[in-house]
Amino acid sequence: MNIAPKSAFVLHRPHLLGIEGLSPDEITGLLDLAEEFVELNRQVEKKRASLRGRTQINLFFEASTRTQSSFEIAGKRLGADVMNMSVSSSSIRKGETLIDTAVTLNAMHPDIIVVRHHASGAVELLARKVDCSVINAGDGAHEHPTQALLDALAIRRNKGRIDGLIVVICGDVLHSRVARSNILLLNALGARVRVVAPSTLLPAGIDRFGVEVFRDMREGLRDADIVMMLRLQRERMNGSFVPSTQEYFHYFGLDQKKLSYAKPDAMVMHPGPMNRGVEIDSIVADGAQSLIREQVEMGVAVRMAVLEALSRNLPNA
Amino acid sequence: MLSDRRPILLTNARIIDPSRDLDFVGDLLMADGVIREAKRGIGAAGVPEGTEILDCRDKIVAPGLIDMRAFIGEPGAEHRETLATASQAAAAGGITTLICQPDTSPVLDDPAIVDFVQRRARDTSIVHVHPMAALTKGLKGAEMTEIGLLKAAGAVAFTDGAHSVVNAQVMRRALTYARDFDALIVHHTEDPDLTADGVMTEGEFAARLGLSGVPTAAETIMLERDLRLVALTGARYHAASITCAGSLDVLRRAKDAGFHVSAAASINHLTLNVGDVQSYRTFFKVSPPLRSEDDRMALVQALADGLIDVVMSDHNPQDVETKRLPFAEAAPGAIGIETMLCAGLRLVHDGTLSLSTLLRAMSSRPADLLGLPGGTLRNGAPADITVIDPDIPWILNAEDLKSKCKNTPFDESKLQGRVVRTYVAGRSVYEYL
Repeated sequence: MNIAPKSAFVLHRPHLLGIEGLSPDEITGLLDLAEEFVELNRQVEKKRASLRGRTQINLFFEASTRTQSSFEIAGKRLGADVMNMSVSSSSIRKGETLIDTAVTLNAMHPDIIVVRHHASGAVELLARKVDCSVINAGDGAHEHPTQALLDALAIRRNKGRIDGLIVVICGDVLHSRVARSNILLLNALGARVRVVAPSTLLPAGIDRFGVEVFRDMREGLRDADIVMMLRLQRERMNGSFVPSTQEYFHYFGLDQKKLSYAKPDAMVMHPGPMNRGVEIDSIVADGAQSLIREQVEMGVAVRMAVLEALSRNLPNA
Repeated sequence: MLSDRRPILLTNARIIDPSRDLDFVGDLLMADGVIREAKRGIGAAGVPEGTEILDCRDKIVAPGLIDMRAFIGEPGAEHRETLATASQAAAAGGITTLICQPDTSPVLDDPAIVDFVQRRARDTSIVHVHPMAALTKGLKGAEMTEIGLLKAAGAVAFTDGAHSVVNAQVMRRALTYARDFDALIVHHTEDPDLTADGVMTEGEFAARLGLSGVPTAAETIMLERDLRLVALTGARYHAASITCAGSLDVLRRAKDAGFHVSAAASINHLTLNVGDVQSYRTFFKVSPPLRSEDDRMALVQALADGLIDVVMSDHNPQDVETKRLPFAEAAPGAIGIETMLCAGLRLVHDGTLSLSTLLRAMSSRPADLLGLPGGTLRNGAPADITVIDPDIPWILNAEDLKSKCKNTPFDESKLQGRVVRTYVAGRSVYEYL
């Protein structure tokens, strides 16, 4: 315990609000630091004291199991006092505004607030009203930076690099903050990014994101190194954006046949939670090419790295 | 600040009267609430005793501006704006006539409420106020209002304000009925189904910010439908807020066909674009949303060509309760009464628009369309006058604005030119320095 990590990387910014604006060096610095936490997390003694005395609040306006627990474990392993606050058990339901909540929590002197909110830009708005560090744990359809970082870590550990890889992002890109953050990060590190989706699930202007756009999954998957599936929300399946789950799975669900168009050693990813049989077949999700469980493991390590790198920039650090 | 009714002589001014295409250096005499004369060399000798003389060298004297679209909170939302505070802002912005919108609580859909607003304005406002009445009861888009009685009560036009009438049959009947009263129908053209939960113009900027987009077609489709109904009915129709190149094409065809059609553009859409919505700044959330730079330039060109008739403020006061929210949840709208002219002068200074075109779109054209006596410097016209220093540089501080709400997209903007005097019926209602 309390052996300092070899990496002395510091994120010289008050908040982590998105991948946008991060330099490739900052991204790599975070990934390198996270590697050390992967090793730490596999040991019996997982606890460090670098955030001892710090208070971390996980403020979730949108339900989340895995992201919230991942941030909670990350904070606790670094020695922070972690408090979870979710919308169902708070005064937000009683009409208190986002800003009021921010100001109230700020008065309790937290050091780090981790925020998830259903509205794009809400985390940035909150960050302007508090004195502590803010980490974006997903805002609307905007960004989910720690997801992109953990995906990059999983890719790098399996492929040894990110530069030059063909990464295909499939599914509901329109509503996906995971897709936006991943496109930004993978482009920054030199991957060739493709998106595959029906046109109703692609945002206008996607061609300006530095990605190749495919409507046919088999073409899109050709020679892919990484296949990243996105979740399709249930309310978008029945006629509003796609005609039915059956039709969606037929054209855009990842099964072994479609996966065979990718490279033989291609890896499959999914940010979870999965809709088995809608965007991904169980055989693929649980198969040898799946990185899905490893992604969850990387999630804790990456969030520890982000907490550590931001806290090194806090006053009195 | 209100002076007595002494005659006033403005001398050595650049006098611009867009109603007669006049632009000359001379003097203007006003007395008894009307313009007596505007010509070269009236001089101090030719005026009645006791006349107040103001040297307006290097200043512009023009008809007081008429703002054809201002949302004011009275009645119902006086915490955001009252007729009194809006009129103070108007005077400071060179506006002598405000056209208020029916989106109030209660809605201006009843002659008694139209009458109330006018009485209230008479008592509290330092500029003229004329209401537009609702086109449909409760702005619900289902049943037409008492167009005849409302017009007789003083409504200058009929509109559902920020709402669009979706039902084409309702719109057709209203247009047909309005024609019998020679009433002007003003319509906000935005298809609500296509707009849905969109908060920003569709495209790269919206996609990057993760905000749901609205296609410009939502506006153009509704405008196109309206103009076909105008062809069917022969009514007088005014598009409340045109914002994109696609709508301009549709508008041009209708005008070329000789229909009684006119259109306005908001000062926001003429001077700002979608790229201004950085960092989710809600003061740049307006309806329709800000468009691309290409659309903005097309709009300015259409104004220069006369295809766009009117420039209006689209004044819409919103407070922290409705603006200090995540972008998608914030109310649309920006205040604009006080800054409309100054922002418009940007287009003059950068050479894309002549001053007389800008002033025409803010005074004589709205007067023509609404049948108001202002917007001109003719002898005998009401002495509603604005004096402008076109060159004075300044930086806008939102806190200095007179509106109750401070939701201006021009906060901390560098501006050139401002209003130095405003006269309503020959009385000074605003003096700068």
